[in-house]
Amino acid sequence: MLGYLANRTLLMIPTLVGVAILIFFMLRVVPGDIVEVKLRGDGGSVTQETIEKERARLGLDQPMIVQFGQWMTGLATLNLGNSMWTDRPVVEEISLRLELTLQVALMATVIAILIAIPLGTLSALFKDTWIDYTIRIVTIAGLAVPSFWLGMIIILGLLYLFNWLPPITYTPFYVDPVANISQLIWPALAVGYRYSAVVARMVRSSIVEVMKEDYIRTARAKGVFEKLVVSRHAMRNAMLPAITVIGLEFAFLIGGLVVTEQVFNLNGLGRLFVQAISRNDFTLIQSIVMLIAVVFIVTNLVVDLLYAWLDPRIRYGSK
Amino acid sequence: MLAPPLLSVEDLHVHFVTSRGVVRAVEGVSYEIRPGEVLAIVGESGCGKSVSSLAVMRLLAKPAGRVVHGRIMFEGVNLLELSDEEMRERRGRDISMIFQEPMTSLNPVLPIGLQIKEPLFIHLKMTEEQAQARAVELLKMVGITDPERRLDQYPHQFSGGMRQRVMIAIGLACNPKLIIADEPTTALDVTIQAQILELMKELSRKLNIALIVITHNLGVVARYADRVNVMYAARVVEQGTADQVFLAPRHPYAMGLMRSVPRLDQPRGLKLETIEGLPPNLLDPPKGCRFAARCAFKAEICAQDPPLVEIEAGHFSACLRAPELAAGTLKPAPQARVDAGVRIAKDAPPLLDVQGLKKFFTVTRKGGLFSNTTSQVRAVNDVSFKIAPGETLGLVGESGCGKTTIGRLVLRLENPTEGAIKFKGEDIAAKSLNELRDIRRKIQVIFQDPYSSLNPRMTIGQIIAEPLMVYKIVPNAKAAAERVAELLVQVGLFAYMAERYPHEMSGGQRQRVGIARALAMEPEFIVCDEPVSALDVSIQGQIINLLENLQHKLNLTYLFIAHDLAVVRHISDRVVVMYLGRLMEMADGDALYAEPLHPYTKALLDAAPVPDPSVERARAPRALKGETPSPLNPPSGCVFHTRCPLADGDCKKIVPEPREVKPGHFVACIKV
Repeated sequence: MLGYLANRTLLMIPTLVGVAILIFFMLRVVPGDIVEVKLRGDGGSVTQETIEKERARLGLDQPMIVQFGQWMTGLATLNLGNSMWTDRPVVEEISLRLELTLQVALMATVIAILIAIPLGTLSALFKDTWIDYTIRIVTIAGLAVPSFWLGMIIILGLLYLFNWLPPITYTPFYVDPVANISQLIWPALAVGYRYSAVVARMVRSSIVEVMKEDYIRTARAKGVFEKLVVSRHAMRNAMLPAITVIGLEFAFLIGGLVVTEQVFNLNGLGRLFVQAISRNDFTLIQSIVMLIAVVFIVTNLVVDLLYAWLDPRIRYGSK
Repeated sequence: MLAPPLLSVEDLHVHFVTSRGVVRAVEGVSYEIRPGEVLAIVGESGCGKSVSSLAVMRLLAKPAGRVVHGRIMFEGVNLLELSDEEMRERRGRDISMIFQEPMTSLNPVLPIGLQIKEPLFIHLKMTEEQAQARAVELLKMVGITDPERRLDQYPHQFSGGMRQRVMIAIGLACNPKLIIADEPTTALDVTIQAQILELMKELSRKLNIALIVITHNLGVVARYADRVNVMYAARVVEQGTADQVFLAPRHPYAMGLMRSVPRLDQPRGLKLETIEGLPPNLLDPPKGCRFAARCAFKAEICAQDPPLVEIEAGHFSACLRAPELAAGTLKPAPQARVDAGVRIAKDAPPLLDVQGLKKFFTVTRKGGLFSNTTSQVRAVNDVSFKIAPGETLGLVGESGCGKTTIGRLVLRLENPTEGAIKFKGEDIAAKSLNELRDIRRKIQVIFQDPYSSLNPRMTIGQIIAEPLMVYKIVPNAKAAAERVAELLVQVGLFAYMAERYPHEMSGGQRQRVGIARALAMEPEFIVCDEPVSALDVSIQGQIINLLENLQHKLNLTYLFIAHDLAVVRHISDRVVVMYLGRLMEMADGDALYAEPLHPYTKALLDAAPVPDPSVERARAPRALKGETPSPLNPPSGCVFHTRCPLADGDCKKIVPEPREVKPGHFVACIKV
């Protein structure tokens, strides 16, 4: 088991190096850099000399291979450098937002699981009855409704029904849990609905499949209570594909909540990412991309470990 | 005085509602079974044998399957009138069921201990300790060694035979009164089949359990059943004791079935009787006798519905002409002989000459990043044989013996590790892919599974014409279509079928298409890889006869790979027996079956049941012990020594070479 983990962790390195190379050169293929955006952005005239000086200060005048070397050494020593725009350390810029984004993503995941598993299971067990149809309408709606629109409806609804708005400034959970939750639960709900729709549909189809399996018939032939047939024999087998979807969606939430963050006025990672891109803030963009890559890889690893935990065939096969 | 029946099924009707209409899967089936009795239900796929038993368990697929009429009386209670909860209490406690597919019938994510204990907790309210003790006892009873440790393991850590034992242990857990076994050994090798059936029969006798065995294998029925129900197209057509049904069948379908099975105890040369045609479609069954369309004794009277009537004590037949059959005034035509002739060119140089063939697969098991271990599966190890032009060589053995690998090597779908495969003197193994093109025209293949080996998106015509076009055998599409029509007729289909898609044809018809595709290339040599094992008995006979006829007409040479000893005996001139990648025995077919010399061949023949109860009763129940060892780690010396009754110390050391013990009879055993 430990060997397997070490193995997987080592295998992260080539993937990350690949991502680092790709993002570094992709950014530099596009014409324009941060200096022009920063100095010429507001239409003021700046001398070429000033621009050159600023470029030199940021190291952008060096040959690309040298810049790449610095980027790679930085990665290797975990020194990500400073944001080219604010001059503050990238780590600081990101960690501020990551905390919030991570919390919203986790809450959305919990909400999604809590909604999706019961709904998906019910839908599968009562396949082709009105229960199934109702749940399927709800989940289709979840896929169709954009999260930001649902977010706006939630805000308007809160205002209209309770004449109350969630707090606008972010309070960390460890400072004031109530204030924290009462701000972040709403975006988590808005995102979690769509998320749960994706997962519920997966849970439904995999339970429908599993209920046709021979071992379900065996369990019934043994006289096992129908409840136990579902909870003990079917669920565990049906969870495997659902977990994959949950993992993929979770990783997506880390960088992909731009509009929802906007609606709820959250200073999250998605927003930072878009900002960094519009400013050509190379160091920041690169670092966020690396972070998202790490999140994807780690989530996949967690998914694989869960697989192994749920399915003994994988457990023994990986030894 | 007979004991009262434990289970009696009375006039059972089961319907399945499908998008194409109502399938009448079971119509008017009645039977009884008493404690300690073994009842066999035989019939071909789709005849309703499994459905009628699932109806007894009330496990029909919902909501499509429904019992629409009849009673199922179990200990005086009509099971159909019980509530779901009352029925659940009886399942697993009073009646248990063992299913066909041991690989998929156990839950892969739960340890087998839990799966065995589950009914004990639920029905007998046992504590963990009691259940543990009972589970250990059960595993011992079904012959699984080291039960305490095995209970914590998962199904994938067991072999097929072992899983079926676990299934039996689950079935026995609560001491049920009735066990229904649905094709319990169909997925297993013949020596394992014998072990499992012996075990079930012994346990049912010892514990006085009534046993219903559903099977298509008549040999199994003859060996183990007391009474037999023969089903055809949703109805029971004949019912009686095993002796009555086997020795004096009184329904033309049962008679045809008995005669269409290739038998181990019959020499080559007799043509297989076949039941021509196909079973009726149960969406819209014909009026009157359902077998009439395929029956040799069809008369006007057969337009009436035949009732199941008693023709002698305890022997029922649903044929209106049964009295004539009983009186002997109606007799089937005597079995025709295969037109012999000098077919095999024994003096000519061999068409195929395989020398010292080896195929090792390297298996990599993942460890850490740098600690992968590799090991070798010796799929084929030092096998040599020759096939003369016009000859059929049968290659027989259990799963994992390497027979299919040899087929693939001859086709060069795999590259041999070592050895030569000479086709007309040229070594196939040494050819480049370009040079192979010409040889490939001459060597064709017929695959096992007619369902998955035809492309579902192509019409039959396209499938057969493809090689013709690729090899430019015909000048244009029109000529190809003509050739396709000719080939279809040659394999007993109709030219208009070229327009159809594979899913519109039955299994037997698809296998004929596979044969037509192989013949399109005008080959001299055909590798037949289990060509009939996916087919029903009556269809199997049709295909075997077709292969034999084509061989005579087109002067073909066959390498016939199969696990069914009787089929191999029927069609082969010479037979090679393989075990764990090695050749065990090679001899003329009749000599091998009459006088097997190798202990493995003897064991195989002992294990394979013959569809004749009088023959079966005379044979001692001898089941080969143990299981085939893993080819990853084969035993030293003679690979068979771990299961061999003759083995001693020498066998562990010496790898026996095939020796010519008698002219043309090779045996790889130092004890012979």
